[in-house]
Amino acid sequence: MPRLTMVEAIRDALDVKMAQDERVVVFGEDVGYFGGVFRCTEGLQRKYGKSRCFDAPINESGIVGVAIGMGAYGLRPVAEVQFADYVYPAYDQIVSEAARLRYRSGAEFTAPIVVRMPCGGGIYGGQTHSQSPEALFTHVCGLKTIIPSNPYDAKGLLIAAIEDDDPVVVLEPKRLYNGPFSGHPDQPVTPWSKHPLSEVPAGRYVVPLGQAAVRREGKAVTALCYGTMVHVAETAAEETGIDAEIVDLRSLIPLDIDAIAASVEKTGRCVIVHEATLTSGFGAELAALVAERCFYALESPIRRVAGWDTPYPHAEEWSYFPGPDRVGRALIAAMED
Amino acid sequence: MTADARLSLHVPEPGVRPGGKPDFSYVDIAPAGQARRPPIDVDPAEIRDLAYSLIRVIDDEGAAVGPWAAALSGAELRQGLRDMMLTRAYDARMLLSQRQGKTSFYIQCLGEEAIACAHRKALAPGDMCFPTYRQQGLLIAAGWPLVDMMCSVFSNEKDRLKGRQLPNLYSAKEAGFFTVSGNLGTQYPQAVGWAMASAISGDSKIASAWIGDGATAESDFHAALVFASVYRAPVILNVVNNQWAISSYQGFAGGESAKFAARGHGFGLASLRADGNDYLAVYAVSQWAAERARSNLGPTLIEWVTYRAGAHSTSDDPSKYRPRDEGAAWPLGDPIERLKRRLIAGQEWSQARHEQMRAEVEAEVLEAAREAERHGTLHDGPRPSPASMFEDVYKDMPRHLREQRQQLGV
Repeated sequence: MPRLTMVEAIRDALDVKMAQDERVVVFGEDVGYFGGVFRCTEGLQRKYGKSRCFDAPINESGIVGVAIGMGAYGLRPVAEVQFADYVYPAYDQIVSEAARLRYRSGAEFTAPIVVRMPCGGGIYGGQTHSQSPEALFTHVCGLKTIIPSNPYDAKGLLIAAIEDDDPVVVLEPKRLYNGPFSGHPDQPVTPWSKHPLSEVPAGRYVVPLGQAAVRREGKAVTALCYGTMVHVAETAAEETGIDAEIVDLRSLIPLDIDAIAASVEKTGRCVIVHEATLTSGFGAELAALVAERCFYALESPIRRVAGWDTPYPHAEEWSYFPGPDRVGRALIAAMED
Repeated sequence: MTADARLSLHVPEPGVRPGGKPDFSYVDIAPAGQARRPPIDVDPAEIRDLAYSLIRVIDDEGAAVGPWAAALSGAELRQGLRDMMLTRAYDARMLLSQRQGKTSFYIQCLGEEAIACAHRKALAPGDMCFPTYRQQGLLIAAGWPLVDMMCSVFSNEKDRLKGRQLPNLYSAKEAGFFTVSGNLGTQYPQAVGWAMASAISGDSKIASAWIGDGATAESDFHAALVFASVYRAPVILNVVNNQWAISSYQGFAGGESAKFAARGHGFGLASLRADGNDYLAVYAVSQWAAERARSNLGPTLIEWVTYRAGAHSTSDDPSKYRPRDEGAAWPLGDPIERLKRRLIAGQEWSQARHEQMRAEVEAEVLEAAREAERHGTLHDGPRPSPASMFEDVYKDMPRHLREQRQQLGV
């Protein structure tokens, strides 16, 4: 089976869907001729022509706005926002329009669109190329929000998103594009080819939205995480020796609450890890859900490890990043209580 | 200019406020028939003057003059008159219904009926309009059932939108009428995207986008123009300049400094300024733009110069911010009166037939209202079920919404 990076897996998903379904069109800033600043769309314009893969003006509101119109027409647009940090001009189009067309029109009009955007830090991107704005989307009814942590999921989730009849925001952790990340920036970079989840089947397959995956089975404590933090949590479990069960949520909305509850019921302890800022982050929702559903199984307080409530600092990136040491300390604390 | 001159901020102010004498001298008006009619494949750079002119057909005597005088038959003109009169009667009834507490809110299009009604006639089946809340005339001129519209206004059990939308925010895909948002300007790039999709698909359909003078200040207006320009999308970009955005006159959207039609010039768009109260001009200009779009010649921006003769909505009192008698002084007159005069001048109409038609449309509206009210009004009678509140958020209801519906006990 071929081994792909996450970039290659995303490109493969787009390729598979563009070949299968002529309604699929792909566009965004630098997406056409150049193939995207992270190369996710490289070669697609050559293969499918300029009217199915093309560059867009630097106007995120316009990119998402025209995608909505295309979706309403009957196409399956996949729009790229170059960095998640740039999505805010499009927020009205995503929140007030894409998410609500179906509802407000009594299902006459829908927005079956995908909005892809690289998120997260760890690449010295500073405060405008590092953000993780997932909670701004999970708070919006009518949207689905997914975050893959590996090439296999990236392809299967993206295909599922393109085939989905609702608008889907796909946050792609850019630190994972070209290799998994232990969370230790001083360690040598490992390629995806050494990771089992870089084995990506050819052709179409889906990872259904709303299904979490247990990345490491464990009995001591549940670590709820997604994206880059899945790998960081794995490092933390290894380094602390704590038998953590690492649950990769993959899809935030819809959320696999059964998988979450099953794990916490089993371990009785819960640590929530995300790179986004702490306050009102998705971890707050997870903590509330775990408290509501698993309170009597809990043996220690739910803990959250997250980005500090500051903008993402350029030089102090690694003091900001919730790395294996911080996650490890939270795992230890959850066990000691 | 002295080096120590102090800066001061310019805050636009309309020429006249309540108590003052209405003054529309700022509205540049060309005589009917004067503006030239270029071929549809004209280079937009060659018609920049048409953004500053005013395309008009019906002159003060009721004659149809000049190169834009379209060859509409007497029957078509009478139908146009009827569409506008029906729209006005519909608005009057819905306004009354709001005052009677049958709905929460209403927006009439008084004085602007020609724009939507005549534009609709220039479109083809399958074309898609992306309207604002003041284009009910698009639906009425398309022959869409009044009862259906009223059921949406009343949010009753037959409301196709299941009681979710404010009055005026219709959706009627079959009638080529895109779901109206309520957030301003968002529909403009969506219309461009729809038109791009039609072009990508090798289709023959075009889109028609709508926005008011005030909302051209929104970023989405400019987003739409750049996308329309870049991809030469088959779209008509309508700007309804009715002089007022609630209490803000058009100067707060930049109308003091430049014509709204001229917004298109920076994007190289064909840009026309036309008399929005002239049914014949609206039809002819719309048809020109539609034919241009359908011939793959790209977008056209049209500023329709008109006057919002009523309040913005049932929630404001215009006499608080503009002279009470301003409407009567509007130099482009009333669209229904002007088409009536045209028909009478052309021996196609009479005062008696006009009165008869007014009675007819009023009776039609009354009958429709009675039927719609049988299905309930906002606070009285049958309504959509609370359970339907949870539907259509997603195609398939996710678990957390099923649980919330159970919590509501429905």
